[in-house]
Amino acid sequence: MEVQQLSFQYKRKTILERLTFSIPQGQIVGLIGENGSGKSTLLKLMAGILKPTSGTIELNGELINRRHTNKIAYLPDIDLFYEKLTGDEVFSFYQSQFENFSSKKANEIASFLQVPTNVKLGSLSKGNRARIKLATFLAREAELYLLDEPFAGLDPIARESLMKAIIKFIDTEHCAVVMSTHEVNEVEPILDQVMLLKDGHLCAMDVVEDIRHERGENTVNWMKNLYGKRVR
Amino acid sequence: MTMDFAKDRPIYLQLVETISGDVIKGKLKPGDKLPSVREFALESGVNVNTVQRVYKELELMELTETKRGQGTFITTNQTVIHSIREQMKEQVAMQFVTSIESFGFTVDEIIEVLKNKKGGN
Repeated sequence: MEVQQLSFQYKRKTILERLTFSIPQGQIVGLIGENGSGKSTLLKLMAGILKPTSGTIELNGELINRRHTNKIAYLPDIDLFYEKLTGDEVFSFYQSQFENFSSKKANEIASFLQVPTNVKLGSLSKGNRARIKLATFLAREAELYLLDEPFAGLDPIARESLMKAIIKFIDTEHCAVVMSTHEVNEVEPILDQVMLLKDGHLCAMDVVEDIRHERGENTVNWMKNLYGKRVR
Repeated sequence: MTMDFAKDRPIYLQLVETISGDVIKGKLKPGDKLPSVREFALESGVNVNTVQRVYKELELMELTETKRGQGTFITTNQTVIHSIREQMKEQVAMQFVTSIESFGFTVDEIIEVLKNKKGGN
């Protein structure tokens, strides 16, 4: 994915300003930055759900629009499934909506995550609802996977199992992944690169192993130095 | 089991050291098969690309051999294993020296302590 001079304004307020970057195929990129730095907006723009005020976003040479939902899988940070549905019902709804969705794969992921699919979502724990949500997301075959805060508010065991499902079920050779997260230390081992947003600007983008190699520091320290703030 | 990593060095290097250590300790034996890249990624909780780099590095060190269609195996060449053991010994000793120097101890001082410890056991 190629992003050029991307800006986004909402009610005259600039949310993102002139971002230029590319997401290479075969890589997992972490999107980090403070709350309100524009991470969710950027993911929605990349998903084709929002339209840029100016600038371009291309996937394999094509400008992104709403129709690209068949090539881009997007996991929002909110829970959108009906509580009265079971996992199986959610899977069959997705099967009816997306050509690239596989119920078989969704069931395989659900069983890897050890979450029941015959129970109403409303009676599942938050961790298990997140597992069903991720299974639904990963069961789509896409060129680009976008995840908005997939681990927020979950216990460490749920976080670890979701990360393992991402390693196991996304064939990174044929696609790219971008995920926003605050759990930088925990997620760092599964990332190739990190992008740091600050007040709507792309503050830096670098390869995780290079940050460690060249600076002898992990991504959290890198982020703190770039933010130039004392963290109390 | 997901692994924990030191903050100040590349993850792939830490994984190379873990595997080298396992060979030196005998936890991995000559001729043992390593898991596939994806299985290893899953076990250690690390990016597939990072594991690929680990496997490439091990191959360069000649600690492993990849047999087409069969997978990656620990070398049966004892000379290689011996020399990696020697390198590791040197590296651990150097790290130790850096660490004691950061507290202002001299090597001789510490050797005294170590000798006493050994005598005591």
